Amino acid sequence: MRRNNVVVTGNEAGPVVLLAHGFGCDQNLWSRIVPDLAERCRVVLFDHTGCGRSDLVAWSPERYRTLDGYADDVLAICRALDLRDVALVGHSVSAMIAVLAANEEPDRFARLVLLTPSPCYVDDGDYRGGFSRDDIDELLVALESNYLGWSAAMAPVIVDNPDRPELADELKNSFCRTDPAIARVFARATFLSDNREDLRKVSVPTLVIQCAVDAIAPPEVGRYTHEQIAGSELVTLDATGHCPQLSAPEITARAILEFVDSR
Amino acid sequence: MKPPDDVAFAALLEDSAEDLYDNAPCGYVSTLLDGTIAKINATLLSWLGHDRDDLVGRTRFPDLLTVGGRMYYETHFAPLLQMQGELGGVALEMRTADGTRLPVLLTSTVKHGAGGDAQLIRTTVFDARDRRAYEEELLRAREQAERERDRAQQLARTLQQTLLPPALPEVRGVEVAAYYHPASLDQVGGDFYDLFPLTGDTWGFFLGDVSGKGVDAAVVTSLTRYTLRSAAVNDPEPISVLVHLNTVITQGKPRLCTVMYGSVRPTADGATVTLATGGHTPPVLLRADGGAELVHLPGGQLVGLLPDARFVTAEVRLAPGDALLFYTDGLTEARVGDDRYSEEALRDDLRGLAPATAKSVIAAVTRLLNDLGNGVEDDTALLALSVQPPGATSPVS
Repeated sequence: MRRNNVVVTGNEAGPVVLLAHGFGCDQNLWSRIVPDLAERCRVVLFDHTGCGRSDLVAWSPERYRTLDGYADDVLAICRALDLRDVALVGHSVSAMIAVLAANEEPDRFARLVLLTPSPCYVDDGDYRGGFSRDDIDELLVALESNYLGWSAAMAPVIVDNPDRPELADELKNSFCRTDPAIARVFARATFLSDNREDLRKVSVPTLVIQCAVDAIAPPEVGRYTHEQIAGSELVTLDATGHCPQLSAPEITARAILEFVDSR
Repeated sequence: MKPPDDVAFAALLEDSAEDLYDNAPCGYVSTLLDGTIAKINATLLSWLGHDRDDLVGRTRFPDLLTVGGRMYYETHFAPLLQMQGELGGVALEMRTADGTRLPVLLTSTVKHGAGGDAQLIRTTVFDARDRRAYEEELLRAREQAERERDRAQQLARTLQQTLLPPALPEVRGVEVAAYYHPASLDQVGGDFYDLFPLTGDTWGFFLGDVSGKGVDAAVVTSLTRYTLRSAAVNDPEPISVLVHLNTVITQGKPRLCTVMYGSVRPTADGATVTLATGGHTPPVLLRADGGAELVHLPGGQLVGLLPDARFVTAEVRLAPGDALLFYTDGLTEARVGDDRYSEEALRDDLRGLAPATAKSVIAAVTRLLNDLGNGVEDDTALLALSVQPPGATSPVS
C-alpha cells in the first residue's frame, strides 16, 4: 500500500472505482474528476511504482520492464484493500495494464473503463498504431533532454489541492516528476508493448472512451480496441488531447459514472 | 560619445507593440485550448519557413513538433499546463517546412478570462540550437563518466574478490560462515578473512583490517593474507604467525593493521579455538543457553606499529550450540544517529539468538548491517564458527 501511495476517498457505500494513471504523471491527473466520482463511488487512487509518491526503492527495471509488473501491483492493491466488484479505470497505458489485471483475475472486476487506450503504439502490417520505432526513440531523447532541464521545468508551481493541503510542499518535488532511468523503462514498456491479443481475452464488461482528436491514441485505435473486445461499448468525447479527465472533466466523469451505474 | 538627442531617442522608443510582437527576438504563438494556432509572430514563421495562412486556424501547435516531441507534449507538457496554468523551459524540437529540426525551449501560460475560465495558451519559443549542442556534450560526458565508473567498480570488485576466498571449505565438526559487506562500490576496502587446513583436524583462520582504502591498502591486504597463510604453514602457533606478519609489514611502507588469527580443532565434546591478536575487536561468544559475551584479549599491539610488537593469546572452548563471531570495526563503528554502534551493542543484539549456528549468526549480522544502512561507512568482514547443538544431524541453515 505504501509502495503505491494508495489513497481512498469518496462514498464508502458506493461502488468501488479504482483509477490507474498513465505514463507521464501520477494520480494527480485524476484530480478534476475525483469530486464528481466521489459523490457516489468509493474512489481508490494510487501511483504506479516509480511514479509520483510511490516507494522508489520498490522499483526495479526487471519487474517494471513489462506491463505485467504494473498489473500485478493493481491486483496487489485490490487484495490488500479486499476490493470486489471493482470498476477499474485505466488511462492511456494503464488501459492495457487494466486489461492484463482483469484477464488475470476477471472475478474481481465488475467493469473496465479504458480511457484513451492503445493496445499497440507501433505500426505493424495493416495495423496502424500511429508510430514507428524511430518515433519512440525520439520520445526517449525528449525525455532525456528534459531531464537536464527538469530542475526548472518540472519543479512547477503547485496546483491548488484543497483536499490534501499537506501534500503541497512535497508535491513541489514529486509532482509528475520521474527519475529519468525509471521514465525510460516506463516509456519503453508503454510504447513498445503489443497487447492486441490480450483484448480478445477480456470477459469483463468494458467501456472504451476516446477523444475526437488525440495524437497519442487516435480514434481509429480506440475503435480497434472496441471492436476487439466482445460486447464492449465505445464513447467518443468531444474533446482534444490525450487527457480528457483534464481537458473535459465533466463529460469524462459522466461517461464513467453512467457505465458504472449501468448494472 | 555624444548622447542621442531627445528627438532621435524618442523615435527609437516609438516601437509599436505590434512590431515588438512580430519581430521579437523569440517566437510567440497563441493557441486555443485544443492547441489550434490562433496567432503566431513573424519571427517564429521565419524560423519554421511557414506562411501565416497555412497555420492560423488550421494547424495544432503540437503538430509542428517532431513525433517524439509531440508524444512528450501530450503526455507531459499538456497535462502539466492544464493543471498548473504555466510551464517553463521545456526542451523540444520543432519541424520546419523543409523538414529540418529546430531545437527549442518552450514556456507557456494559460490566459484566463474575467470569469476565471481558461481561454488561450500563450507560448514563447526560444531557439535552443546552441543549448542543445551543449547539452549533447554534457550527456556524452555523463555517459562516458558512467561507463568509467562501471569499469572502476568492476575493477574494484575483481580486486576485492582476489583478497577473499571464493568459498569457505567444509570443516568436520564445526560450522563456518563468512560475509563481506563493502561500504563502497568504487573502493577496495582493507578488510580480509580466510580459513584453511593446517594439520590433521586443525584449521587456521584469520580476519583483519588494514588501515586505509583503495589500491595502497589492497596491496598490503594481499601481502597480509599471503604472509599469514605461509607463516601458518611454517609454524602454526598463533603468536608466531602474528610475529612473522609483523616483521614483514614493518619492513614495508608504514601501514597498520589489526588481525585476529586463530586455529580451531574439533574435540569429542565441541571444539577448541586458540586465538591471538594485535589490537583487534573482541569476538562475540554466544553460548547455547542464550548468554553472550565479548572475548577480550587486552594488551596486544597493532601489527605494523613496532618491530617487536607484543601480541596476546587466549583459548575458547566451544560446546555444542555455542558460536563465535569475528568482525571488523566497520560494523561497530557504524553511525547510529549522532552516536556509534558498539561492541557492547552488538553483543546485546545477538543475545538470545541461541541456539546459534555460524549461518544464523552471519544472517542476523547481515540484516543488522542492512538496518544500519548508510551508517556503515567502512567495509565489514564477518567470520563465524559454531558447534552443532546436540541432536542436530546436519548443519542447520
